[in-house]
Amino acid sequence: MFERMIRSNWFVPITVILIILFLLPIAAPRFYVYILALIYVTALLAMSLNMVVGHGGMFQFHHAVFYGVGAYTVALMLTKTKLPLWVGFIAGPLVAAITGLIIGWFCVRLTRLYFGMLQISLGSLIWAIVFRWYSFTGGDDGIHGVSMPSFLSSLNHSYYFILVVFLICLVLMYMIFRSPFGSTLQAIRDNAQRCEAVGINVRLYQLGGIVVATFFAGVAGVLFVVLERSVFAEMLFWVLSLEIFIMCLLGGWFTFAGPILGAAMIVALRTFVGKYTEYWTLILGVILILVIFFLPEGVMGFFQDLLKPASKELSERGR
Amino acid sequence: MLQVEGVMKSFDGFMAVNGANLTVGKGEIVAVIGPNGAGKTTLFNLITGTLRRDRGRIVFKGEDISELPPYEICKRGISRSYQIVNIFPRLTVFGNVQVAVLSHQRKSSNLFRPAQNIAVEETRRILESVGLLNKEKSIAGSLSHGDQKILEIAIALGNEPELLILDEPTAGMSPEETSATMELVRRLAKTRGLTILFCEHDMDIVFSVAQSIMVMRYGQTIIQASPEEVRNNKEVQEAYLGGE
Repeated sequence: MFERMIRSNWFVPITVILIILFLLPIAAPRFYVYILALIYVTALLAMSLNMVVGHGGMFQFHHAVFYGVGAYTVALMLTKTKLPLWVGFIAGPLVAAITGLIIGWFCVRLTRLYFGMLQISLGSLIWAIVFRWYSFTGGDDGIHGVSMPSFLSSLNHSYYFILVVFLICLVLMYMIFRSPFGSTLQAIRDNAQRCEAVGINVRLYQLGGIVVATFFAGVAGVLFVVLERSVFAEMLFWVLSLEIFIMCLLGGWFTFAGPILGAAMIVALRTFVGKYTEYWTLILGVILILVIFFLPEGVMGFFQDLLKPASKELSERGR
Repeated sequence: MLQVEGVMKSFDGFMAVNGANLTVGKGEIVAVIGPNGAGKTTLFNLITGTLRRDRGRIVFKGEDISELPPYEICKRGISRSYQIVNIFPRLTVFGNVQVAVLSHQRKSSNLFRPAQNIAVEETRRILESVGLLNKEKSIAGSLSHGDQKILEIAIALGNEPELLILDEPTAGMSPEETSATMELVRRLAKTRGLTILFCEHDMDIVFSVAQSIMVMRYGQTIIQASPEEVRNNKEVQEAYLGGE
C-alpha cells in the first residue's frame, strides 16, 4: 500500500503542500495562520456534510446543527464542569453523533425533499433551544472565554493541533469513503431501490452514514472552540448550513476532496473580498452560476476529469 | 420452492393482481406470460417485497415471506433483475456487482478496509460468466443498453440466489442480443443450479426455454402447465394466443 502511495501521481504535490502547511506559522503573519486554521475547521465540516449529501445522496439541509452541538458540548463542559479537557474533546463529537442518530432516525423514514424538510425542521428546533435557553447556553450572547490549557495557548499551537486533527480525520474519512460501507452508501445514492433488492437495509445504512458524518461535524465543532475560544448560536443557524452546502457544490459533490477546495474558496472570499465590500456574496453568486454552468461536477471534479487519462493508466499498472 | 397462492393487489381500486397462483419447483425454469398490463411485473414486485400484497400467501422454502421487506427476501435467496434498466449508473461495472457481493457476504458495513481488495475474486468471476469482465472499469451508465441489461443479471447473481427472477431480460434488445442473452440464462441455470422465474413477450423464447408456463390475464392466473399443455389449452388460445 505504501509503495502505491508513493507511485501515485498525487504523492509529490500532497507532500509539498503538507510541508508548506507545517512550516507556514514560522513565517506567515498571525492573521493568515488564523485564516488557514479556520479553513481547516470549515473544510472538515463541509467534508462531513459531503459524506451524507455527495456520497450518501441524502438531503441533509441543516448540517451545521451538529457542528454547533459539538462546539457547545465542549464549551459547556469546559466552562460549567471541572471535567478534564480530553473528556470534553471526546464528548463533543459523541454528543453530535447522538444528536445525528436521533434526528436521522426520523429523517431516514422519508426520502429526498421530504427528508430535507424534516431535517431542516428538527435542526431548527435545536437552534431554537440553544438560542432561547439563556440560563444554560447564553442565548444569542453565546459562550466566550473558554479557557484552553497551555499546550493550546498560542495561536500557533492551536494551528498545529487543528491541522493534525484535521489530517487524521481526512485519512479516516478517506478510508471510509473507499471502504465497503462507503461504496454501499454511494450505491444507495445511485439507486436505493436496487440496493434493497440486493439485500441492503437502506435506512440502516443511511442512518449509519448520518451518524458517522455528524461525528466528524462534531469534531469540527470542537476544533472551532480550540480556535475561537467561544461559541455562538449562529453556528446552528440554517444560513451556515446553506454556506457549507454551497462549499460542497463548488468543490464537487462526487469527489472526495472537493469540499476542502470549496471551503477554502468561500472562507477566502469572505475574508479578502469582504474587507472591501459587504456584498461579497454577490461575487460568490456569480462564481456559483459559472460553476454550475461550466463545471457541473464542481471545481475538483473538473480537475479530476483532466487528470483521468494519466491516473487511469497508473491504476492499471498498479493492479 | 416458491408458492404463490391467491395473491391480490390493488392500486386505488384497480385490481392489478387479482388471484395469482404460481408454483416454482427447485431447478425449474418457469415463465409467466400474458398481455401488457396483465400484472406480471406487479406479481414480481409482490414476490420480491417491493410491493406488499393485499391478500394471499407467498411461500418460499416453507416460509411465508409476504410480509418481509425486500432486503430480507433477498437474504433468503431471491434475486431479481428489472424490466427497465435499474443499475448504479455512477459506479463502475465492477462496483455494481461488488455491491451485491459485499451485501451477500455481510461485509457491507466494514468501515476501514479498502473495498477494492474485498470480494474481488467473486465479483470478477461473475463478470466473467456473463462476459462483461473486459468492461469492468467502465462507468455503468455509459454502457450500451444491451450490456446494461446483462449487468442487471450480473448484479442479481452477486447475491448467489437460489431463485433468480428476470423481468423481461431481453426487453429492448436486438434479435442477436436476445438469443445470446437467453443462451446465457440457460447456461447460468445449468452451471449454477439456479431456479429461474422470468417473463417475456417473445413467445418463441418462452416456449423454447421454459419448462413450465403460467398464463395471466387481467391479473388472474388462467393456467400453469407445461408448454405443450399451454399451447393446446383452449382458454389460452382464445384469450392470448389469438385462437389460431
